[in-house]
Amino acid sequence: MTKPGLKYFLASALGATFLIGTASAQAETLRLLTWGSYAPEKVIELFEKKYPDIKVQVTFSNNEEMIAKLRATGGAGYDVAQPSHDRISAVQKEYGIYKPMDLSKINTGVMAPNLLDAVKANTTIDGGVYAVPHHWGTSGIMVDKTKAPNAKGWADLCDPQYKGRTSMRLRRTILLGTAFSLGKDPFAAYANLGEYQKILDEVTAKLIACKSNIKAYWNSGDDLSALMLSGEVVVSETWDSTAYKLAGQNSNILYVPPSTGALTWIDTFALPKKGEADAAAYKWINFVLQPEIVTLMSAKSGSMAAVKGAIDLLPDDKKAAAKAAFTDKDLANLKFFANIPPGIEDMEGKALERIKAASN
Amino acid sequence: MLQKDAQRLSLLLLLTPFLLWILLLVVLPQLGIVGISLREKVGPRQFTFGLANYLAFVQEPIYWNTLLRTAVMSILVTFLALLVGFPVAYYIAKIAPYRSQTALFLLCLVPLWVSDLVRAFGWIVLLRETGLISGALQAIGIIKGPIELLYNDATVVVGLVYTVVLFMIVPLVSTLNGMDNSLLEAGHNLGGSRITVFRRIVVPYAMPGIVAGCIIVFMMTAGSYLTPILLGGKNSMWFTEQIYDQFITRYNWESGATFGVLLLAFTSFVVWLGLRLTGQKLATTVAKD
Amino acid sequence: MYDLQCENLTKRFGAFTAVDGVSLEIPGGSFFSILGPSGCGKTTLMRMIAGFEDPSSGDIKIKGRSVLGSPPNKRNVKMVFQHLALFPMMNVGENIAYGLRCRGASKADITRKVGAVLERIGLPDVAQKQIHQLSGGQKQRIAIARCMVLEPDVLLLDEPLGALDLKLRERMKIELKLLQHQFDTTFLYITHDQSEALVMSDHVAVMNAGKFEQIGTPQELYHNPRTAFVAGFVGDSNRWHGKVNRISNGEAEIVTSGGDTIVANCGASALSPGDSAEIFVRPDCIAFGGVRRETQNTLTGTVDSLLFNGANSRALVRIDSRELIEVAINGVDRSSPIKPGDPAHLNWAFADTQCFPAKER
Repeated sequence: MTKPGLKYFLASALGATFLIGTASAQAETLRLLTWGSYAPEKVIELFEKKYPDIKVQVTFSNNEEMIAKLRATGGAGYDVAQPSHDRISAVQKEYGIYKPMDLSKINTGVMAPNLLDAVKANTTIDGGVYAVPHHWGTSGIMVDKTKAPNAKGWADLCDPQYKGRTSMRLRRTILLGTAFSLGKDPFAAYANLGEYQKILDEVTAKLIACKSNIKAYWNSGDDLSALMLSGEVVVSETWDSTAYKLAGQNSNILYVPPSTGALTWIDTFALPKKGEADAAAYKWINFVLQPEIVTLMSAKSGSMAAVKGAIDLLPDDKKAAAKAAFTDKDLANLKFFANIPPGIEDMEGKALERIKAASN
Repeated sequence: MLQKDAQRLSLLLLLTPFLLWILLLVVLPQLGIVGISLREKVGPRQFTFGLANYLAFVQEPIYWNTLLRTAVMSILVTFLALLVGFPVAYYIAKIAPYRSQTALFLLCLVPLWVSDLVRAFGWIVLLRETGLISGALQAIGIIKGPIELLYNDATVVVGLVYTVVLFMIVPLVSTLNGMDNSLLEAGHNLGGSRITVFRRIVVPYAMPGIVAGCIIVFMMTAGSYLTPILLGGKNSMWFTEQIYDQFITRYNWESGATFGVLLLAFTSFVVWLGLRLTGQKLATTVAKD
Repeated sequence: MYDLQCENLTKRFGAFTAVDGVSLEIPGGSFFSILGPSGCGKTTLMRMIAGFEDPSSGDIKIKGRSVLGSPPNKRNVKMVFQHLALFPMMNVGENIAYGLRCRGASKADITRKVGAVLERIGLPDVAQKQIHQLSGGQKQRIAIARCMVLEPDVLLLDEPLGALDLKLRERMKIELKLLQHQFDTTFLYITHDQSEALVMSDHVAVMNAGKFEQIGTPQELYHNPRTAFVAGFVGDSNRWHGKVNRISNGEAEIVTSGGDTIVANCGASALSPGDSAEIFVRPDCIAFGGVRRETQNTLTGTVDSLLFNGANSRALVRIDSRELIEVAINGVDRSSPIKPGDPAHLNWAFADTQCFPAKER
């Protein structure tokens, strides 16, 4: 049976509603699997106006769930995914859920060259490039400057003077941040799993000891915002974008890049292996890299696009917060998340479990 | 003979959607999960058959401690839901005027009109250190400084009881509704005190409803995810969280599937044990008389 | 000494008076029935005696002692409920033992008494059976045994035969009477079925609209009803409306609306010439026959149809004034068969004709 034949068979089997559904779906559908802030309605509206024959469907997710979803379907069901740059290579080798990109179809010229090169380096497998950068941002700490003026690194989350007034997200970022604060370089240790395990053990002990200092582990940006705005927490692990947003509501809240270096992630565009609308996907990628769209999207996400001069494309309030947060020295000290080799997630997962289970 | 065959055929046709539903959406996925749980990973995209995942569970105290913790807290929640739900159900079924029964019943449904997530956030707004209850207690001078009512196991239990108590009330109301008031009067008339009548007549009569409610509530609680995660504290582990972590953050489907199978097996075991201890049969709870 | 006394008992629900100043006295060991249509207040009366309702005024005494302050479980009055209310989650033995256990009787005592009472009701082997395994009649007896094992001062029965089919009901009437004799306990029986009340009772109270109309033996009620309600409710009657023409020596001459003249025994009824009256005559007091005596009413007509029911057969006679009258006939006697279309001469004694003032209409 040919493909349209199958379609009509299904349509008649499933009834008229389905038939209507296929008929109106003559326009191409672009299915995005992305983060909460990377598909503002305004942007979708503009895109659909420019390309009236493309309809955009959005599914909001996060790194882990994106991978789980695509893994479950073998890379089907979506046309664009936006995982972070360090979560592509190992996942692609293990599950094969993406397809290589055709860079000639993307305006790579507008992208910040250092970010583009970093992502290319991270995601090239057998000569194919599997991702290009979209937005980037850092993880660091957020402080209420009236109550914790001197906090400047990961270690301050465990400082007894803020007992019961700190928070963190119990995920891999805090493991890495704590490792740096202990004077280690976890990314360098990725090559030697035994070495990395040793670092993890030290980090685990430190974070277990730190548990009594913590008020609660936050799960989402909303949790974190509530904790910080209510004043219940004065120092917390954060994404810089969340901190910029809160700064708009309370000028005492600052983003502080840790002295050991802010951990830097780059969210990318990748094409799922069984995506059906590659042309539309490339159109979307080029569309959102336009300066005016970048500004719209940054207003929502708070993070910077991977384009040249991105900081100036931030909305004014966030531009100020970002410029205040980072000195040139901080920018030189950014720690880009390194590619995660196989096995690391399991080791980190165990460490996180032990921390959560420890009763301290 | 022919008519009998026709009857059998029509019964089969009527049952077909249900059987398909059970087979395609319940049985097959479960079998799939069992299949994955018996897979050992030896390298990228390479698997062998084996029990290593189950062995890993047994060898890691964190896992089975979490499972036990989940079970114990679920039993506690079930017990509390029964304690809270029974008087409510009794009032609705036996005391409230007939006309207001439906209204009361609907009132119990109100919490279900909003999603789990919204309900949990409602609790958070109420209970957090800078929340309404802490503020009110300070305003009337009962406590001096703010208190944190969130992020501990007691909050998780309260939140869960609130979420599931309706599922205790529904089966209880329907059994108690079927109880003739004259049974209670006969119990009194023959010399029983209120307590005796409650213990020897009301409770045994309601037992099928109690058992049904407890099974539903226990299974729901043990399988709940959002409430324990959002209301729980630094040490509050819940087994479903482990399953999520295995599947999603650790990409370890084999281990996650194993945990899923174990959760189902373990909760089924607890239900079986409960039925044994109370001398009830599943059949009498599901199909009364 | 009376087993049960009610003095001027009244129960109001809001503006509605369910039981209105009822007094009764039941001597020990008798079978007493309260007979009345549904809604007459008889169930409320019984519930007050059992303690499920508190009277608005009046007193209830059991064995001479007021029980008003005692809760239901402290009164030695047991009750057989309309639908029996056997406990479905207990077997027969446990049902009977329930009351004994509430009293704190010893295990040996319980076993002995349960065995004995089952023996007495003639069901010695059912102790281990579940309730749903019993027949209707057996359930009935178990419900009574469950109460009787507690040796109550009074046993209340709330229309317990209502749910049974006709044949079984007839049998249970006799059985209940026998059980009452056997246990020698006072039974207070509530029913809307006059035949149950008449067959079983030593005394019957006829109740209407919250009040007792008459208390008496079944014979008294049947033959000497004191009110129109009792005459109409107890037993079957032919009934006429009419106007009093003349009264002498306790006999009233009444002209019916059909124009017939009937002489009735008006006894104590306060009737005077010109009043409207209701006349009641039992079908079994009327005879076929041509001979007219001084003390008899006579009517003529035609046999319209026959209602065969063995010894209780009836003939419907259309009298000359076009009304239908029921007349008892001996359906078993085949020697002088009455056929539809036969001319009929009906006569009955003045003394068997009851009359009462008619309600104002």
